[in-house]
Amino acid sequence: MQMNMANAINSALDAILTENPTSVMLGEDIGKDGGVFRVTDGLFDKYGPGRVMDTPLAESGIIGVSIGMAIAGMLPIPEIQFAGFSYLGFDQLVSHAARYRSRTRSTFTVPMIVRMPVSGGVRALEHHSESPEAYYSHPGGLIVVEPSSPYDAKGLLIRASHMHDTVMFLEPTMLYRLFKQEVPESSYEVEIGKANKIREGDDLSIITYGTMVNMVKKVVEKKNLSADIVDLRTINPIDDDAIIKSAKKTGKVLIVHEAPRSFGVGAEISARIAEEAIFELDAPIMRVASPSIPYPFPGYEQYYLPNEEKISKAIDKLLAE
Amino acid sequence: MFCKGIRGKHVLKSESVSWVFGLCIYKFLQIYADDCLLKKVFEGSVDYLQVLDEKGSVDAALFPKGLDDSKIIEMYKFLSFTRAVDAKCISLQRQGRLVTYAPSIGQEATQIGSAMAMRQNDIFVPNFRQHGVFIVRGLPLDKFFLYWRGFEEGNMIPQSVKGLPYIVPVATQLLHATGIAFAQKYENKDSAVVSYVGDGGTSEGDFYEAMNFAGVFKVPLVMIIENNQWAISVPRSRQSATETLAQKAFAAGIKCLQVDGNDVIAVYKAVSDAIADSKNGATLIECVTYRMSMHTTSDDPTKYRKDEEVQAWAKRDPILRVRNYLTGKALWSDAMEASMQDEFKKKIDEAVEKAEAFKPDPKDMFEHLYSFMPKALKDEYDDAVNEKFWQA
Repeated sequence: MQMNMANAINSALDAILTENPTSVMLGEDIGKDGGVFRVTDGLFDKYGPGRVMDTPLAESGIIGVSIGMAIAGMLPIPEIQFAGFSYLGFDQLVSHAARYRSRTRSTFTVPMIVRMPVSGGVRALEHHSESPEAYYSHPGGLIVVEPSSPYDAKGLLIRASHMHDTVMFLEPTMLYRLFKQEVPESSYEVEIGKANKIREGDDLSIITYGTMVNMVKKVVEKKNLSADIVDLRTINPIDDDAIIKSAKKTGKVLIVHEAPRSFGVGAEISARIAEEAIFELDAPIMRVASPSIPYPFPGYEQYYLPNEEKISKAIDKLLAE
Repeated sequence: MFCKGIRGKHVLKSESVSWVFGLCIYKFLQIYADDCLLKKVFEGSVDYLQVLDEKGSVDAALFPKGLDDSKIIEMYKFLSFTRAVDAKCISLQRQGRLVTYAPSIGQEATQIGSAMAMRQNDIFVPNFRQHGVFIVRGLPLDKFFLYWRGFEEGNMIPQSVKGLPYIVPVATQLLHATGIAFAQKYENKDSAVVSYVGDGGTSEGDFYEAMNFAGVFKVPLVMIIENNQWAISVPRSRQSATETLAQKAFAAGIKCLQVDGNDVIAVYKAVSDAIADSKNGATLIECVTYRMSMHTTSDDPTKYRKDEEVQAWAKRDPILRVRNYLTGKALWSDAMEASMQDEFKKKIDEAVEKAEAFKPDPKDMFEHLYSFMPKALKDEYDDAVNEKFWQA
């Protein structure tokens, strides 16, 4: 069936709620309203207010209460309306969800899926376009997933529901309705922790994820390049093998992400390649990312975000090395 | 001019009298109007419970049904044991055999009373000072010492204890308690959750959010505020301008009560009643007690509070009054006390010995982050072993 990413996530949630009777969704406006992006549309009618629950407007509360549910053996799927508001629940995520398993040596675990729309490009108001993947990858203990296609979104989400971990499920807002794709109506899994090589080539490796995957693909197609495109899909734990293997093969690496450049995921990838494969590179590693500033108001978005031109120029520069 | 002056003054006076009179009428009408025209939409009050007073006499009318003397003796033993454990911990810490320790001296009645009120299936969610609760619920004592020696393995709490581990970030654990209570209701279980927070913790946003969610979802939860008057050096008066901490329940629409937290029988009764009524929603119970000792072994309370204050609270000691009650009824003697303390010492020493025999394996730091071992993490572990950063 042709689905956009919003449909695919909806279909995955439906499958999880049907399969696991202890699974519940909780968040702001996810009930009758079907979520501000309509991602949970119809689930309230199908499963009722006991399983698809509108909560008080309090992000720390939503995540903290979900942690309690998870410890008690349920599978909570909290939704944070926008990633920019997840910082109100940051303490619950890094001080508890990330550490509960380790502080109790696996006596208590927190299996839950924390969903939130991330990244920009949709001319939204302040705080509605954040890319928090580096924050949530840094402490260790949280799995961070960010799909770039409807197919991956459904498979990764269902996979997350079968793991006994806290999975931060980051949904790029811009991709909710950007394009449709054939997605099975039945349940299936996409492996978490494994990157997806979406294009094979020899001249350079482009490592990317989330909103940037499609943009990179377009540029590579337009320029008719022989390039490896690695879509990380899982930010933490990172798929070292896929990155290093591709870097060694092409000898030229470009990393593209929407989050700010400094201390970002690109820095981590770059360091890993430097540690494992620096003598097999024939050019410095390059990064295309947003500038190291907070996400601007929508009027400035076009100057802030990476675009096809920036990626294209970076590729030219890298290939000229 | 004189007359005019008199007259003028007189006129002025009568004018001002009628002015004041008019103002009174206006004010009266305003108050009257407020009273009659404005509808009162909320009114609340907080009850205070004490059963066993400082001298050891009980209020028979309030004495909980089903509580017999044998149970009070059991309470007394738990109270005394908790204090003995505290004393041992402070001593061990001073010898460098424990890391920083947070004593519960003075607060034993709140902990023992509430823990003994729990039914077998009830679950508790502590912060970092509920040693008495762990003791009543049967945490193996060596695990307790293991935690305070600085090892996560101390948090491997047996299922039968039905409690969560110590939690350090103040008030954050209350949300977990609400979530666990939600799960009890969702799964139709006949169990309630009892959670703990200090007076300082009531200033945190998570305290309010936990209460608020509990109110909205009507979950079987008892929230105990262990008001020991001090958040390290900051007094209760600096946490909130409210007269009681219990009244904060009104903001979340849940039940509340204030209790003499140094009266083990009152705490027992309050928590038993709240658990029995937990199907009808959550209760906030403020236990008014006092931290007789330091915040932790790193703290020096003489810097910020007067000895007279501490001495005044010493007269309200939670253990002494139970002892007075028992001796008054000839249920306790010095000989019994001595043999109990001997028994405690043996039990504590055994547990300390077991905890001190524990040998940590650094591999455990890596193995319990996820349900699987990611390759990148495995590499970090292997590197450390290969470099012989420790003896694997």
